[in-house]
Amino acid sequence: MSDMIGESWVTTQFEALEDWAQRNSFWPFPFGTACCAIEFMSTVSSHYDVSRFGAEVVRFSPRQSDVLLVAGTINDKMGPTLKRIYDQMADPKWVISMGACACSGGFYRAYHVMQGIDEIIPVDVYVPGCPPTPEGLMYGILQLKEKVVRDRKKHAPRIQGGEQSEPEKETIERVDVGSPA
Amino acid sequence: MSTLAPPPEIGPETATDPAASGAADLAAVAGKFPAGSITVEAATDQATWIVRRDVLFDLARELRDNPATQYDMMLDLCGVDYLDGGPDRAERFEAVYHLLSLPRNTRLRLKVPLTADDAVVPSLIPVWKAADWFERELWDMFGIRVEGHPNLRRLLCHEAFQGHPLRKDYDPARRWILTEDKIYKPHFNLPPQEDNRQDDLFERMTINIGPSHPAMHGTFRLMAVIDGETIVASDVEIGYLHRCFEKMSETHTWSQVIPYTDRLNYCSSFINNVGYCKTVEKLLGIEAPPRAVWARTILSEFSRIMDHCVCNGTTLVDSGGLTNFWYLFQPREEIYGLLEACCGARLTVSYGRIGGLAQDLPPDFMERSRRLLEIIPPFVDDSEKLVNRNRIWLDRSVGIAAISGAEAVNWGWTGPCLRASGVGYDVRRAHPYDLYDTVDWEVPVLFGGDVYDRFRIRMLEIRQSLSIIRQLLDRGMPEGPYIVDDPHVALPPKEACYTQMEAMIYHFKLIMDGIQVPPGETYQMVEGANGELGFYVISDGSGKPYRIKVRPPCFPIFSTFSRLINGGALSDAIVSLGGLNVIAGELER
Repeated sequence: MSDMIGESWVTTQFEALEDWAQRNSFWPFPFGTACCAIEFMSTVSSHYDVSRFGAEVVRFSPRQSDVLLVAGTINDKMGPTLKRIYDQMADPKWVISMGACACSGGFYRAYHVMQGIDEIIPVDVYVPGCPPTPEGLMYGILQLKEKVVRDRKKHAPRIQGGEQSEPEKETIERVDVGSPA
Repeated sequence: MSTLAPPPEIGPETATDPAASGAADLAAVAGKFPAGSITVEAATDQATWIVRRDVLFDLARELRDNPATQYDMMLDLCGVDYLDGGPDRAERFEAVYHLLSLPRNTRLRLKVPLTADDAVVPSLIPVWKAADWFERELWDMFGIRVEGHPNLRRLLCHEAFQGHPLRKDYDPARRWILTEDKIYKPHFNLPPQEDNRQDDLFERMTINIGPSHPAMHGTFRLMAVIDGETIVASDVEIGYLHRCFEKMSETHTWSQVIPYTDRLNYCSSFINNVGYCKTVEKLLGIEAPPRAVWARTILSEFSRIMDHCVCNGTTLVDSGGLTNFWYLFQPREEIYGLLEACCGARLTVSYGRIGGLAQDLPPDFMERSRRLLEIIPPFVDDSEKLVNRNRIWLDRSVGIAAISGAEAVNWGWTGPCLRASGVGYDVRRAHPYDLYDTVDWEVPVLFGGDVYDRFRIRMLEIRQSLSIIRQLLDRGMPEGPYIVDDPHVALPPKEACYTQMEAMIYHFKLIMDGIQVPPGETYQMVEGANGELGFYVISDGSGKPYRIKVRPPCFPIFSTFSRLINGGALSDAIVSLGGLNVIAGELER
């Protein structure tokens, strides 16, 4: 820490510091089931190198991760597992829904496929594509960074140890990943 | 560990035409069964018999054991429901068995008609172990009961599912909700543990791995009883990626199925495109033009390299070698570049079309491909150097999860896993398609049958694929169209649609009604990255497929998993799963 701030002092709010840390070091839980998981592997591997965005510490334990990255089709058989893993993650936590199947069921409008994971868990960022390109996924991660800042007020009462109120119903924001800047 | 011996290859010279082989088979076995129990059906693609249910079991055993037939492998079991508008049938259901005789390289299809109120078939597990999961799937999808099956419960659909989804009267969108309390819990019937044994340090415990576990590659669930480190008994649950490919394809036109096939084996999606398109082309009686065939062969081989890279990379990750993963993923990225130039997609390409390709090859196809031939070998060599004589890797893989060739055949194995057990069966050699009989290449065969040989054979196949590609590139790109010039199959050029009335009508008809495939049925196979990928399609003459059954190569392979890991250490189970190259999208469709 002293290397980073040098000799000088930095004054900030605790929440701002926490946001800064959180948004720059996501620890994703890759809930990869299908084709999208292969593109997630591409994103993590050396060519695209998601560690440039601080999200390469992939953790397969829900207790150690703060971003649930659902990559692939979730069907009704997998539903309870996904819900349980989401429940096991500690707050604050976010969900990225990667690919058409996780967002909406994709073109599997069928008897065994969940029509979007937002049937059972809240989603913060939807990344469209079948599968999304690694650029698309990275853009989604960058969008999530901005959302962490915007969500600060929502998480602030918990940090201050105040009265834990029922969390507000999350508004679902659809992020357009069509044209990465 | 492998030994050096001349590879026993199953070659095209032993293949005979279906009518002759069917007649020879019939002559060999007909005398042992009552007259009228076996009827020969006229079929063009392979010999087909209609078999009465009461002789099915005895016939199956006879076909396997008779030295004149030697049907040692059961490739596939497919149910069909002829409820509405299908080809005329007296009975509602049909169970269709596809058999393969490796020594004779012949195929046989057995059809067992079943009435709706008595839909029962005998279990063929005593004859071919591969029947186990296929029969459970038959029960799950069609409600055809299998008599004598030791564990007849649902395979793909979840525990709270009601009804049998592939029946024609099942609504494709009717879902059922699974709650946690209904999740399957296995019961192992094991003899009680002895109290007085000397090494009584551990007591047995049942552990559950997956479906969300990094070592289970996403979607498999392994339940194992372990005694210390040793697996005493195990059970595998699949279906966590069952996304209804077969039902979906019945509600779409023939060309709309192509994107679904991409997502079967998504590590090498182009091979699925080729397999499906070739099947429909066979029904239509058309052939793709030389330029398309040339490109299909090259891109299939590139896809195979990609698939083997993922498989070997993840196997090594599972055993602790992360570096190889980075090394082996780089060739994939390079191949993605070529695919992207061809069709705009990286992973799920949908580049094949019935009758050819979706669009012409990019102008720099040759240069790009040649560059890939230079880029890929160093990565493969480096990766091999890291592990080939690595003590840790050898200890983890040599002799682990070994299976003999004969047993693997009985379990229905095909592809690199079978060739690692000493059986040189490769569809590209046994039933050559596209340009494989015009290039000079070898079928690598190893004899260890263990994780190590399954790893090595993929490395050898990557080199063979590179050699095939190099020869085809040297031959030069054939000139001419990239898709058949048939307005009933291929869309007319976009410019023509705007200027010519006829082209616009054809375009409209193809988009609205789809390709009109004549009634009939056929089975066509290609060598997928992990074995024989077969498509059994039935057309009733409407614009949509009546039934498509995929013969997924990893389905019989993964059904062997419990047999492979029982008695071994738990850590060996993790390594052996990677080497089998089980792709959930294809396994569960």
